Amino acid sequence: MIKLYIDNWEIHATEGISVLQAALDSEIYIPNLCWVREMTDPPASCRLCFVEIAGRPAPVTACTTIVENDMEVHTDTEAVRELQRTSLKLLLSAHHVDCGHCPANKKCELQNLARFLKVKLKPAEFPTYQPTGLIDTSHPHLDYNRDRCVLCGRCVNACRDKNGRPLFTFAGRGSETIVTPLFPPAGQALDKDASLVCVDLCPTGALTRKG
Amino acid sequence: MAQNNDRINQALQALREKAAGQWREFTGSTIPRIHIGMATCGLAAGAQETRDAFEAQLKKDNIQAVIHPIGCHGHCYAEPLVIIDHPASGLPPIMYQKVNEGKAVMLVKNFLKGNDPLLEHMYGAMEESDTIPAVMLFPRFNMEKRVIMDKCGRINPADINEYLALGGYAALGAALSLAPEAIVETVTASGLRGRGGAGFPTGRKWQFAAQQNAAEKVVVCNADEGDPGAYMDRTILESNPHQVIEGMIICARAIGAGRGVMYVRAEYPLAVKLVTRALEQARELNLLGQNILGSDFSFDIEVFQGSGAFVCGEETALIRSVEGYRGMPRHRPPFPVEHGLNGRPTVINNVKTLATIAPIIENGAEWFRSIGTEKSPGTAIFSIVGHVLYPGLVEIPMGETLRSLIFDICGGIPDKREFKAVQIGGPSGGCLPASFLDTPIDFDSLTAAGAMMGSGGMVVMNDETCMVNVARYFLDFTQKESCGKCTFCRIGTRHLLEILDRITKGQGKPEDLARLEWLAAAVKQGSLCGLGKTAPNPVITSLKYFRQEYEAHINDGVCPALMCRDLIAYYIDLDKCARGCDACVGCCPTEAIFTTANRKKGIDQEKCIKCGECRHVCIPLYNAVGKASPPGTVPMIEKPKVPVKDND
Ligand SMILES: Cc1cc2nc3c(=O)[nH]c(=O)nc-3n(C[C@H](O)[C@H](O)[C@H](O)COP(=O)(O)O)c2cc1C
Ligand code: SF4
Ligand code: SF4
Ligand code: SF4
Ligand code: FES
Repeated sequence: MIKLYIDNWEIHATEGISVLQAALDSEIYIPNLCWVREMTDPPASCRLCFVEIAGRPAPVTACTTIVENDMEVHTDTEAVRELQRTSLKLLLSAHHVDCGHCPANKKCELQNLARFLKVKLKPAEFPTYQPTGLIDTSHPHLDYNRDRCVLCGRCVNACRDKNGRPLFTFAGRGSETIVTPLFPPAGQALDKDASLVCVDLCPTGALTRKG
Repeated sequence: MAQNNDRINQALQALREKAAGQWREFTGSTIPRIHIGMATCGLAAGAQETRDAFEAQLKKDNIQAVIHPIGCHGHCYAEPLVIIDHPASGLPPIMYQKVNEGKAVMLVKNFLKGNDPLLEHMYGAMEESDTIPAVMLFPRFNMEKRVIMDKCGRINPADINEYLALGGYAALGAALSLAPEAIVETVTASGLRGRGGAGFPTGRKWQFAAQQNAAEKVVVCNADEGDPGAYMDRTILESNPHQVIEGMIICARAIGAGRGVMYVRAEYPLAVKLVTRALEQARELNLLGQNILGSDFSFDIEVFQGSGAFVCGEETALIRSVEGYRGMPRHRPPFPVEHGLNGRPTVINNVKTLATIAPIIENGAEWFRSIGTEKSPGTAIFSIVGHVLYPGLVEIPMGETLRSLIFDICGGIPDKREFKAVQIGGPSGGCLPASFLDTPIDFDSLTAAGAMMGSGGMVVMNDETCMVNVARYFLDFTQKESCGKCTFCRIGTRHLLEILDRITKGQGKPEDLARLEWLAAAVKQGSLCGLGKTAPNPVITSLKYFRQEYEAHINDGVCPALMCRDLIAYYIDLDKCARGCDACVGCCPTEAIFTTANRKKGIDQEKCIKCGECRHVCIPLYNAVGKASPPGTVPMIEKPKVPVKDND
């Protein structure tokens, strides 16, 4: 067992786990989006889980920081919140905020994050997102709506970990990056339950069941 | 061990003697030798056509001569570059510049057949002599210090024996007789820092890898080279691949690796071809493969062709790409030296870093430290492009100032224009103004100035360059090349680009500058990998050093450098325009140029698309086409109601 301090609370954590997991297990919330429990190699891509650690010059991502004895973690500093807000604002600026028509309304993690970080769903700093209207319906069990995807990568990464191989992959580069279904070799059916694992993991309304 | 060392030395000695014999025969004969630079820069300037012309003319005139393809000398402005060594003439070898097909024919006819060396076309002699001034008299030659590129442009990169004959693989022989720890110690003592950008101490990297307790380790040579405008690594691989291979073998020996990967971008077909051939030749001579030179050490190298994504030069993305996945960086630690290719400890070094190893092993750490500065020993190679008289590759000792590099070595700014800024370090670097010209070139000074050594791309810009537009250009690049994984880089660079785009179009808002600064700082701090962490640098430095230029765009709708198309207009200066001249009329794609009542010219601003052609073609003597910003300030010229005929 490792003993560390998060926001001055003394926490005991299993060796080898991340600061993010230790905090969440002790009911200290650190904003996060791309991390999935039991994931082997966290992608650290959403850039929301910043914390400050005594002795380190700049905020670090909690999902990639392994707990150490007597570590002193602060989750609620000005620098941390500023980075988290900017990250969320950026995500929202590339997201079609249209909650009224979205199946994820009220259970959407973006709404929760925005509430927690006190960020408006349509941040004034950035121009309004222009929806592309791109919906990929090629998958037999689900649909993918690009305008709602925040590219957290959960569907790609967790699916790889849970199903042995990913049913999705990233495609494109830069701001044109999207997620796209990966089809199995001809003749092999796409497992419905495995596909729906991804739908359940999606923090937004980007992946929806067919029908 | 001693027995083994003798065997290694004997094996190497035999290879070197054979190579030396071949070289003596080649250089000792009286048959003329025509050395032609045939790396990509030479080929782009027409070296293949030049070579064909030489061959055809030699045949026609029935003259015996040997054509010797060599790599690049670094003098890209003078390509195609040819050196003619004609011993019977009694002259030293002579370098000729810009040898097109016509010049090739003339050289055969006049120099090889007749006895006139056509000195009016020469660059200079390759050796000191009483008869012909030597190239070494020019600063572009004598201010360089060649360690990495020492053999570039002297040997045929497709023949391992030429490298061996000039002392190649001697360092490998020496390294094989040393304990691996001793190799690491020498590299550490030399103070060598990685030439791939960040300047991490190479000895320390090797030591981490050597310490790892793993059955299999890997050495990777990073030749991804994705920065726009940078081509040093390509040139080295095309001119002298063996020096890089030798460095990889020595690294493998030092850390205990059995597998090597040469990661070359697929857009470098000539480099891929020459490296592949070099590896085959090294294998044939047992410089690679099982029990190298009879030692107990085995190592081989494969070539991996990257598909040309800038981000794949980042080491963790490079590893993913070799493993067969999409090239996306991952969080470090763990660093590749612990957990690299397929989980194995992996040393990744840049082409130039690896090419520096053999000279260090051969001449010692002390020698290396005597070059350059205390904290950045050795040489730096830059590919200098943009507004300088002699662009190309330059290898200089670290610590040289930017001024001496740009003005003394590269000849300064052409066309009587002023120096404005230099962009160092490619898309990750920064733009420095004239007040930084006396900054010494080394890792730490450049970083302190807000630029960075990067991999060695350098763009020199004159006063006709708009710095907002330059920042926009680099952001456009990084924005497209972002792997799309993390929030700040994927979306943040996009917004930065949009703001810059607006400013260059005259649609900037007063709050844009503060927003640029805020967002640039956030992207720098929040991004996952080096691409995102450095992408804002061009914006940050240009805002810092050229702020008034941004303000002019936003507040006054003026582009001070007269570059941003939406903020300028072209006009014809009637005091300068020559009556009856119509040089510009035909070039205009939109027929915007009309003839005035007194048979001078005017531009119909409604029709003009601001292509700038008329300014190009206006005869320099008149220089009558001008630009003005904002567009509304151009002098109005009355268009006659009835068209005036041009030539009456
Ligand atoms: C976006 C990005 C692109 C890079 N591209 C290259 C490259 O083309 N060549 C290179 O040697 N290093 C490149 N690097 C640096 C490598 O990650 C790595 O640090 C380097 O290869 C290590 O070699 P060195 O120690 O010899 O410098 C890049 C880094 C980043 C962040
Ligand atoms: S589809 Fe959903 S889970 Fe997948 S990357 Fe997009 S937002 Fe994340
Ligand atoms: S910083 Fe850019 S290139 Fe690097 S991981 Fe993030 S999105 Fe990819
Ligand atoms: S700038 Fe181009 S379009 Fe305009 S007048 Fe000159 S040639 Fe014609
Ligand atoms: S949860 Fe750590 S970066 Fe996404």
